[in-house]
Amino acid sequence: MSSITLSAGAVPGPRKDPEVALRLGRRRKTTDVVIRMLCVIATLIGLIFLASILATLFYRGFEAMNLRVFTHNMAPPGSEGGLLNAIVGSLIQATLGTAIGTPIGMLVGTYLAEYARGSRLGDVVRFVSDILLSAPSILIGLFVYQILVLPFGGFSGWAGVVALAIIVIPVVVRTTEDMLTLIPNTLREAVIGLGSPKWKMIVFVCWKSAMSGIITGILLAVARVAGETAPLLFTSLGNNAWSTDLTKPMSSLPLAIYAFAGSPFEDWIALAWAGALLITLSVLLLNILARTLLRGRK
Amino acid sequence: MSTTTETGPADTATQGFGGVQARSGAALNAPRIAIKNLDFFYGDNRALKAIDFNIPDRQVTGMIGPSGCGKSTLLRVLNRMYSLYPGQRATGEAMLDGMNIVAPDADLNALRAKIGMVFQKPTPFPMTIFDNIAFGIRLHEKLSKAQMDERVEWALTRAAIWNEVKDRLDASALGLSGGQQQRLCIARTIAVRPEVILFDEPTSALDPISTLKIEELIDELKRDFTIVIVTHNMQQAARCADQVAFFYLGELIEVSAAAAMFTAPKHPKTQEYITGRFG
Amino acid sequence: MSQAATASPPAPARTARGAGNTGDIIFEWACRGAGVLVLILLGAIIVELFIAGLPAFRAFGVGFVWSTEWDPVQEVFGAGVSIYGTIVTAVLSVLLAVPLAFGVAFYLTELAPPWLRRPVGTAVELLAAVPSIIYGMWGFFVIVPAFATYIQPTLIDTLGELPAIGFLFQGAPFGTGIFTASFILAIMILPFIAATMRDVFEQVPPVYKESAYGLGATTWEVMRGVVIPYTRVSVVGGIMLGLGRALGETMAVTFVIGNANRITGSLFGPGNTIASLVALEFGESETGSLKLSSLLALGFILFVLSFIVLATSRYLLRSRLKA
Repeated sequence: MSSITLSAGAVPGPRKDPEVALRLGRRRKTTDVVIRMLCVIATLIGLIFLASILATLFYRGFEAMNLRVFTHNMAPPGSEGGLLNAIVGSLIQATLGTAIGTPIGMLVGTYLAEYARGSRLGDVVRFVSDILLSAPSILIGLFVYQILVLPFGGFSGWAGVVALAIIVIPVVVRTTEDMLTLIPNTLREAVIGLGSPKWKMIVFVCWKSAMSGIITGILLAVARVAGETAPLLFTSLGNNAWSTDLTKPMSSLPLAIYAFAGSPFEDWIALAWAGALLITLSVLLLNILARTLLRGRK
Repeated sequence: MSTTTETGPADTATQGFGGVQARSGAALNAPRIAIKNLDFFYGDNRALKAIDFNIPDRQVTGMIGPSGCGKSTLLRVLNRMYSLYPGQRATGEAMLDGMNIVAPDADLNALRAKIGMVFQKPTPFPMTIFDNIAFGIRLHEKLSKAQMDERVEWALTRAAIWNEVKDRLDASALGLSGGQQQRLCIARTIAVRPEVILFDEPTSALDPISTLKIEELIDELKRDFTIVIVTHNMQQAARCADQVAFFYLGELIEVSAAAAMFTAPKHPKTQEYITGRFG
Repeated sequence: MSQAATASPPAPARTARGAGNTGDIIFEWACRGAGVLVLILLGAIIVELFIAGLPAFRAFGVGFVWSTEWDPVQEVFGAGVSIYGTIVTAVLSVLLAVPLAFGVAFYLTELAPPWLRRPVGTAVELLAAVPSIIYGMWGFFVIVPAFATYIQPTLIDTLGELPAIGFLFQGAPFGTGIFTASFILAIMILPFIAATMRDVFEQVPPVYKESAYGLGATTWEVMRGVVIPYTRVSVVGGIMLGLGRALGETMAVTFVIGNANRITGSLFGPGNTIASLVALEFGESETGSLKLSSLLALGFILFVLSFIVLATSRYLLRSRLKA
């Protein structure tokens, strides 16, 4: 074994030259500082974009904001309309969409975390759910158009609700599975050890201890669908008049913004800004709320 | 680890407390690093208290003590690794070549080129074996292709791994065994020609055979490098170290030549520890 | 029962309570059924879009994919222009977003003081929460005028004069067009790429970074030499995720791309993408028309494109998902 300890010999290569090392060191440090600065600038650019979006929204949104926005329905240009029907339409569709999508999403997430760990079917379901999470939402609109709008005689609030529910599902799946996976197996064993059936363990112990995380997922899902426009274009279509009939075309804030922002009328554009401010504030608040909840948990 | 030391590199051995055999006490060399009144803080928590001792040139200093005693902390002070983390700071003096290591304005990159470190777990970078070694060299020197080849071979030879890897220098370093990876990391460290090498429990993740190889290597390397090794293993300290420092609750309790430490500890705490009464 | 309960390991309940067993069976099947429903959903989307696009595929053959014709009067339709626009805007947006995202991730993991990490990280992530239509409005009312007055004239006078690549930056500074769409898309996908990069950078064990620092490396050298090689695969996965998102973005693009069905050499020229074309033309198509079928066929093509990119992304990120 001691045969491997060869004589040290001279170190190959040029002798240590402090001058060279110093010069090289200086250059390396300059590179490092330059790149650090570029990274700070990149981060600042990102923040500036956010600030610019928010500043524009606040500036033009508050300018256009008044009580009428909440008390009047959409109306032709020049006739002092508001966004009431769009706001109500958004609330109805987002609420129902979440209400339908959430239980399905929770069951899928539960399946992945509690029943399908390592199973083939589970891997496929997880993969497909992740694809749906990032798939273009406009395609979900086209799909619902094909299965609900075409065969059942026209655009309807329900079609919009279904499109939004499909978007909700993968969001809830992701957080439910993540949260359930965090629960230590010892807790499960303890409950099963008491003679509890598995479903009771899941519903009363696992869901309960993962509840704040699951609620986070639901809030994020609501935030996501509240701002969705593309999937509603071909499903609930939009409606300038007051309507809470889900079998008829229904308005929503994003659709109203889309219709008004592209118009040549000053008062419509102003209303679009007011709507944009409303929707962005709600979405960002929901996001921050969700994050706070999650942080409280950790 | 087996407790016998028959295969250890110590040329002569002295029977000490608790069956620990230490190398016989050759005189300690002149100091390479002089530590004076060194304090270290994790936030408000004072983790090292007024440490005072010398690390002798081209010899092995072993640092022992129970978990949390501050020995690893001191190691991380010596190459300023703590500076990566906010809230950690050191005061006092640790002089190397007329430069205070813990001075706030110390050139960390130059310092770390002088003081290499080998970690508890092998840390091969996700690149080829050759590039692992060349990584550090490229930071500090401009070498031609031929010079680089030569230097890499030299480093791998000194780390006693050349024969095992010479035919697969272009293979990923992640494919090596644990013991090989650790010797690769040693090669990577000596390739930049440091003056001091710090070992942080370098064998705690390895099997006994690999451990033995590393210990032999350390014994061989001290001809050219000043070595500081933190270890939990008393036998290892006895086999490798020329000087041993015992830490307890952030204080340096005792430091002396290895033979003296293991045969006649001055402090009762030291005696308790090396005879295995606590730790 | 009482004895079984105290014994460990727990005997899998041979309880008298059949209700528990029935409940278990129902619950498990409900969960599994929901899982299968998700599979059916994805399958149904593909099949429905394909069936709906079939008349267009039949009428125009494979040539539909590259034909640049889009003539509602003659009823001749081709996907060439919008596929080109989709791919060019998505790729360009990734090229713009990746350096920024890397800078943000590097800053957040290695450079930022700890008290700044969470607020800055959250702010960047909030960029992902801003709805697409808001990006569209902001782009239309803020970015387009700024591009038309400042950015594009400058670029036309400088880069536009260059040999070989100059043609990319020529033309009239309308403010809208392919480049503007890519720019907005870049901001939209920035948070996705940055978040993935940050997460995987954080997963590199500190001791590897310390090893590199221990050799005297600078922060950038540690990043380039250790962190990036260590996380390469996941980083590419994150970039693919951004690409997949950019391919299907609708509302923001619709507002700023100029919506013209032609391929212009210049990046400042107008164009369209599959999503923007579908969003704009759908309302003007009659049920059962060849145009509608063509739009749905475009949807099918977009789905296939996104699926390939997103599936690749997920495959590359699988090690990270496991962790």
